[in-house]
Amino acid sequence: MDFGGINPVILIATLMASAVPILMAALGETVVERAGVLNLGVEGMMVIGALGGFIVAVETGSPVLGFVGGAVAGAVLSLIFALLTQVFLANQVATGLALTLFGLGVSSLGGQGYNGIKPPPTTQLLPDALADLPVVGPIVFGHDWVVYFSIAMTAVLWWVLKATRVGLIIRAVGESHEAAHALGYKVNRIRLMCIAFGGAMAGMGGAYVSLARVPQWVDGITAGAGWIALAIVVFASWKPWRVLIGAYLFGGITVLQLNLQVAGSGIPVEYLSMAPYLITILVLVIMSAGRKANGAPAALGQNFHASR
Amino acid sequence: MTRPELLRVEGITKAYPGVVANSDVSFSIGEGEIHALLGENGAGKSTMVKMIYGLVRPDTGTMTLRGAAYTPSKPAEARRLGVAMVFQHFSLFEALNVAENVALGMENPPPMRELAAKIRAVSEEYGLPLDPSRMVGDLSAGERQRVEIIRCLLQDPKLLIMDEPTSVLTPQEVEILFRTLRQLSSEGTAILYISHKLEEIKSLCDEATILRRGKVVATCTPRERTAREMAELMVGQALKTPERRVGAKGEVALGVSDLSVESPIPFGTSLKGISFTVAKGEVLGIAGVAGNGQDELLLALSGELKAAADKVRVSGQPVGDRGPVDRRKAGLVAAPEDRYGHAAAPDMSLVENAFLTAGVRKGLTKNGFVDWAGTRKFAEEIIKAYDVRTPGPDVAARALSGGNLQKFLMGRELMQGASVIVINQPTWGVDAAAAAQIRQSILDRAGEGAAVVVISQDLDELLEVSDSFAVLNEGRLTKPRPAEGLTMDEIGLMMGGAHGMEVAHHADA
Repeated sequence: MDFGGINPVILIATLMASAVPILMAALGETVVERAGVLNLGVEGMMVIGALGGFIVAVETGSPVLGFVGGAVAGAVLSLIFALLTQVFLANQVATGLALTLFGLGVSSLGGQGYNGIKPPPTTQLLPDALADLPVVGPIVFGHDWVVYFSIAMTAVLWWVLKATRVGLIIRAVGESHEAAHALGYKVNRIRLMCIAFGGAMAGMGGAYVSLARVPQWVDGITAGAGWIALAIVVFASWKPWRVLIGAYLFGGITVLQLNLQVAGSGIPVEYLSMAPYLITILVLVIMSAGRKANGAPAALGQNFHASR
Repeated sequence: MTRPELLRVEGITKAYPGVVANSDVSFSIGEGEIHALLGENGAGKSTMVKMIYGLVRPDTGTMTLRGAAYTPSKPAEARRLGVAMVFQHFSLFEALNVAENVALGMENPPPMRELAAKIRAVSEEYGLPLDPSRMVGDLSAGERQRVEIIRCLLQDPKLLIMDEPTSVLTPQEVEILFRTLRQLSSEGTAILYISHKLEEIKSLCDEATILRRGKVVATCTPRERTAREMAELMVGQALKTPERRVGAKGEVALGVSDLSVESPIPFGTSLKGISFTVAKGEVLGIAGVAGNGQDELLLALSGELKAAADKVRVSGQPVGDRGPVDRRKAGLVAAPEDRYGHAAAPDMSLVENAFLTAGVRKGLTKNGFVDWAGTRKFAEEIIKAYDVRTPGPDVAARALSGGNLQKFLMGRELMQGASVIVINQPTWGVDAAAAAQIRQSILDRAGEGAAVVVISQDLDELLEVSDSFAVLNEGRLTKPRPAEGLTMDEIGLMMGGAHGMEVAHHADA
């Protein structure tokens, strides 16, 4: 069942795993942006999460604790952003960019002693009996727990944003902070919590890179995944299920182009390498085009100060 | 009629750095009473009600609600104790639907389906029909206000605070609102009604507390006072009614025929077949509820929106396809509504702002260089003539209060000696004394032979300055009629969309 040396079942199974870092980070950023905050520091939070997760997993020997560590590291870094933008009202774009640079630098420094170490493995969750089933085995049952967790988070966030009071308040704050404040909601506190959540999700996504995808520590390991996550959030119109589609599309084309390189198709490597970025953006642009309102939160990127 | 006391406010003082918003304010409201809080912009009305609603805490003073000490630390607490508020600038979320908006203002909202049914029931009971599933962004201003009111009513309030509720309504909508408020009052809900529209207060309110510069200057029963007496209490000086200098009407200075343009504003209103003429010395007043094409009309007249050349004519010269600079050269100046960002560059000084629109007509450039000395002189003239309160012409426009900046901007356009002047909302946010002064200078310019178009939502203002009167409704303009002798009823019908037969006779302009 191979097409030009590429097995579609393996391809789908691999893309689901390879999309996890971007999916997690993009889901977190979706919540942050729905609350009206533009945090461009996703890449920084991912890379700090990758290092934090790696260190905790190596030191404790537990990959699960590693992911928790990654989430905590990402959340802590995001709190710096939250402090600067929500308390000191610094410009969100500049602060977010600085956060990425800071995260890359700090992770490079902190990761000095961890090059070339293997972390404890994150293994398949379900027994082999299920994972060995033909076709559905690798695609549905053959993954580690983080893959299932990321899909579950998509569903949970969709439900929370759509149907719960917490989601309504988050959307309200992102839509009009003035009005939310007038009704007595603590705009900056709600935003701060959303930012921390986004940081934790990005950190966990980063940890998945260093603990499961690669798995080892090298400088700048996330390699721009945070930027793709940011783009996916926008083109997915801030909707969790579309974020999932975007992340899988990107993951899928990344895996496909790697396979094509290996299979020795005649296409130059440079074109294959740029394909995931181009095609993902193109598809999402087409998906989000032509609609009257693209669904951007009205207060996105604006700081709020309760002066009156 | 004596009522049991609901809320008593005693000796409330609230100071912000540099200003005392409220100083030793005391008044009381009985159950079911409609109580007016009356005062000019900056008199401290809004601060006062924010304290009652728990958004701001007083520095000193006490409040008692039904005999018990009342110190709400946040709006949620005020709501729990039966105090609800309808805001002047609606606290609504455009991208959410009506039911979601209502739910956000409640402490423990029921599930959405139940809430929707309740909204329907309450809205029908009080004659304010509303569909819970509609997006608020698609609603008219009047309907948005209903959302706010219903949000309050669902919590069964004992005291309903309304901050300038009628500024966005047509006269007919105001009538519906008043009927609702009277019904609420007869059911025992007290209403604290904030406004500076005196006729409304006379017809609606039982008692009035008048604030000036943060202090209570009088308490009265509005029905027993004339509007003029209350206005003078509010302003603290005798008011001058603008005098009309009767000049002979001259030839047509501004002609607009069958002007249709798409709105560049998201959710804006496109202009459809606008036709009118304004003669030298004539003031044309254009009324209409906000969002019916006022901004677009100003853009189309100022030259920011272009059309075919002969659609807009200044002194017979076709300028429809020209931009603002060419139109200024031709003699047309325009003052948009939005002061911070459209009419003025907020972070630039008054001198620089004066140059931005007056440079062309006042000849303030020499060989491509700005004549700063001349510009400064012009800015100083404006400041002097319009009594703009500013430390000097070099402060940033943003640093001026809204009313002061408005005076400066009006002066800038009115003092350029233009033959056609277009103004959107000339006295928006300006106190009564300054508003009277601005209206006077509009009439003075007309007396000197300028053709003036005043777009405003304040009907009293329009009737005061206009020679002829028209209404913008969904991007269409009614045929201008002589302003003299128009009744509020007729204007209301014009505003309500009653184009009817008149549209057919439009093209004779």
